[in-house]
Amino acid sequence: MSKAKGLNLKKGTVRNAATYSIVIAAYVIITILSSTGSLKRSTQGLLVPVCCYIVMALSLNLTVGVLGELSLGHAGFMSIGAFTGVIVSMSLSAVIPSAGLRIFIAIVAGMIIAAFAGFLIGIPVLKLRGDYLAIVTLAFGEIIKELINCLLVGIDENGLHFIFNPTGSKTVEDLALSETGKVIIKGAQGATGTQTIANFTAGFILILVTLFIILNFVDSRTGRAVLAIRDNRIAAESCGINITKYKMIAFVISASIAGAAGALYGMNYSNLTSTKFDFNTSILVLVFVVLGGLGNMLGSIIAATVLYVLPEALREFSSYRMLMYAIVLILVMLATNNPKVKNLLSKVIPTRKKKEGARK
Amino acid sequence: MEFLSYLISGISLGSVYAIIALGYTMVYGIAKMLNFAHGDVIMIGGYISYITISSLGVPGWLSVIIAMAVCTVLGIIIEGLAYKPLRSAPSLAVLITAIGVSYFLQNSALLIWGANPKTYSPLVNGNIKLFEGELTISYVSLLTVVACIIIMVVLMLFTSKTKMGKAMRACSEDKGAAQLMGINVNLTISVTFAIGSALAAIAGVLLLSSYPSLMPTTGSMPGIKAFTAAVFGGIGSIPGAFLGGVLLGVIESFASAYISTQLANSIVFAVLIIVLLVRPTGLLGKRIQEKV
Amino acid sequence: MKTFKRVMALVMVAALCLCCFAACGSDNGSTTTTAGAAETTASADESKAPAADGAAFKIGSTGPLTGDAAIYGTAVMNAAKIAVDEINAEGKIKFEFKAEDDVADGETAVNAYNTLVDWGMQILMGPVTSGAAIAVGAKTYEDRVFSLTPSGSSTDIIDGKDNFFQVCFTDPNQGVGSADYMAENMKDAKVAVIYRNDDAYSQGIRDTFAKEAKAKGIEIVYEGTFTKDRSTDFSVQLTAAKNANADTIFLPIYYQPASVILKQANDMGYAPTFFGVDGMDGILTMEGFDTKLAEGVMLLTPFSADAEDERTQAFVAKYKEAYGEIPNQFAADAYDAIFIIAAALQEAGCTADMTAEEICEKLVAVMPNLKIDGLTGEGMTWSTTGEVSKAPRAVVIKDGVYVTPGK
Repeated sequence: MSKAKGLNLKKGTVRNAATYSIVIAAYVIITILSSTGSLKRSTQGLLVPVCCYIVMALSLNLTVGVLGELSLGHAGFMSIGAFTGVIVSMSLSAVIPSAGLRIFIAIVAGMIIAAFAGFLIGIPVLKLRGDYLAIVTLAFGEIIKELINCLLVGIDENGLHFIFNPTGSKTVEDLALSETGKVIIKGAQGATGTQTIANFTAGFILILVTLFIILNFVDSRTGRAVLAIRDNRIAAESCGINITKYKMIAFVISASIAGAAGALYGMNYSNLTSTKFDFNTSILVLVFVVLGGLGNMLGSIIAATVLYVLPEALREFSSYRMLMYAIVLILVMLATNNPKVKNLLSKVIPTRKKKEGARK
Repeated sequence: MEFLSYLISGISLGSVYAIIALGYTMVYGIAKMLNFAHGDVIMIGGYISYITISSLGVPGWLSVIIAMAVCTVLGIIIEGLAYKPLRSAPSLAVLITAIGVSYFLQNSALLIWGANPKTYSPLVNGNIKLFEGELTISYVSLLTVVACIIIMVVLMLFTSKTKMGKAMRACSEDKGAAQLMGINVNLTISVTFAIGSALAAIAGVLLLSSYPSLMPTTGSMPGIKAFTAAVFGGIGSIPGAFLGGVLLGVIESFASAYISTQLANSIVFAVLIIVLLVRPTGLLGKRIQEKV
Repeated sequence: MKTFKRVMALVMVAALCLCCFAACGSDNGSTTTTAGAAETTASADESKAPAADGAAFKIGSTGPLTGDAAIYGTAVMNAAKIAVDEINAEGKIKFEFKAEDDVADGETAVNAYNTLVDWGMQILMGPVTSGAAIAVGAKTYEDRVFSLTPSGSSTDIIDGKDNFFQVCFTDPNQGVGSADYMAENMKDAKVAVIYRNDDAYSQGIRDTFAKEAKAKGIEIVYEGTFTKDRSTDFSVQLTAAKNANADTIFLPIYYQPASVILKQANDMGYAPTFFGVDGMDGILTMEGFDTKLAEGVMLLTPFSADAEDERTQAFVAKYKEAYGEIPNQFAADAYDAIFIIAAALQEAGCTADMTAEEICEKLVAVMPNLKIDGLTGEGMTWSTTGEVSKAPRAVVIKDGVYVTPGK
């Protein structure tokens, strides 16, 4: 028994090491390529968003794969992180000249606020189960979107000014900013004129930190409790595991990571509107997670990268682009999940291996 | 008077949600899958009806029947090609496939019919004026509400009285046991999809009669709302879908009239969350005791 | 046997897709095949070009070709292709045009822009929508690529960027224009405003309209908002406007939701004067829309497809022939944009072998000196900030066509 366990752990460690090394190797290769100038402009432009979506996929994988609850509103946390990040980075732009430090502070702020939102939302959400839980996360995602649409934020030497504007009758002038003041969020028009300070290195570090947090979490005592809840809630409860507590811990960590991804994302575009983080974005990330494999972090990373790049790579098909994407999505799901197609594929593809095996 | 007219527009909107939600709930009850492509079948139904009226010149009622026929076939094809092979796969895989189908339908519509929004001319025109013109009710609203009630009653009779309906209920309880009793599970699921898609076509026509702008993305938001309505009422329950749909429409109408149009969706969702906290399986959903 | 059935199923999926492709090819030649056609003509020009006078300028554009806003993007690209073909046929200057899809989303727009940079784009005619234009604007400013958006109307697009110019009016310009017009011609109006508040265009016009209306003493009795997700049902806003006794409804929105508002107001038996802005243009050509509903609608627009001048009529005829529909204001803006770029390039004496940066500096210098007559305005001029100055035209819809009010 103990031997088997030791073996398992070792296997896990090897897999984790492989995950880290693949990510690091990818970073090194891309950095070398881009410093020698052999990287296409379009590829370079994809680096930061890919990092953000990888982190989002890892975060959602924690909720869907490890905690076992379907979330359809994860983009809401990303949105909170993104707007927090933009407010923080714009407010500090005069005080802290170093972009790197500002990115760091903005990401931490995004994480904290998103974690807090995750905690608040987690209280009702985690009481529910299955599709009911899924629909409530969807509801919160939409609510976050509409609330941010009502937000006016500006800054001047007296500090930050906030207005909550549910009837839509107030404008940026009601913020009463002084002459030197600057509007950061203009309600539904979103944040405009953000300095785009995000870079690939920050994204890479964020992925590494996220991986570190998630992989260690899964291997920790808390993580094992969460896995036990996922596999059999009733059995776990009867073993004395506090279901609500452990679910909440996983959910809050997941929300805070999504916030970090959002903060980085927000600092990569000079225009950001909350409608960007709608149901479709949540679904997009969910597709990454499911295709990468539930609970499989390396899978999420690869799936996020491939699926994010795919529509860009399909640009040659012009109008047929999204149609191709849909077809690829359906075919991949059929190929990976239909037992018969799986058998068929395994018959076709590994024939060589079998033959080699036969020869041996 | 103002109150009444908000109530009426809410009920009319809610009835459309209810018809869509009925399709959702039937499919969910039997196949246990969230058919995200349902909203897009509505859109296809709308386009078929629009095309047959405007280019073939058929009368409105016939275009509805054609749209229902096309959507039924479409529903069966989608089910057979995309969902049936995944019968034993994890539910998330089916969900993603449904999303793929949804993208596929939207983008096909974009390529076939173009991006230009089309204005759908309603099946019936005109309105009734009550209280010396203070209150007007359009015939379309009346038609929608009546159609919705008829559909619900017919569906309830169908599931409780006919052999196929009973087979559906058996499948939704326990597929394995149903199969052992000699029920053709695959056929039952296909029939469910066919019915759901035919309902989607009706919903599409009624939706567009009240809110006439037709685009490839027309179906997605009503689809999400109807999904919410189905959960609200207790997913899998036919009267639940009706109740959920109508309540959702009324809440939405009142919220945007008296609180804030900007936050109307948020208020609808907030009410949903509160309801689910009090009744975790929706208003009329069955609470299933977990077996240990 | 069962495996065979599965394989058959997959084959059927493939067949279905193929059918669909085939169907699209025949049904919708307009949007898809023309993209290819334009590319082939462009490459044909390229091969011809060296013989004539040097290579062609590479003009790129991003806009929504799929998704909710696809109508605006396709209109721009279609019209731009017509303009490029005309200019190439004239032969003074050669253009090569490439359009990329941005789904009206900032993130995708930046990706699309980067793709165009890889292609070797020298001048950007776009992006089509404001949000995307703001996101891309930050990049073109860094990269020094001259940009001219046909239809992005937010002031945030040009704010602080010397290389970004607009063909359409800015939002404040339209809001002020509408309020001034009302103050002059319909002084006692009780105005209700219905606008989309998650859209920079609509919100921007409303904000300046409300401010100017206050200054000019126009009474606003009701303001109703809606969002993208709720742009199908306006019964609540219309009931409220009716109960507030509004006799004029100002609609700073696009024509698609406006068509729904007109219809629902008609269903309610409510008939105020509707007043729109340039986004309202296109309502008469909507497929299936009963133009009787638009009777008496007033709008301020720089372009009308019914205008009688020769150029507009030639353009409308050409557009109709190629794409089977009547061009809207977006198309006209894009058509003008290409000609503006052509004029500016000639004025600045640019050659196609210059880098994007060199072209940008030269064009930025000549833009304020240009004066151009286009479909969307006579004698258009630009300030150094990038804002266009042209006169909006108030029209009223009568018997399904635009006429000057009072006639």
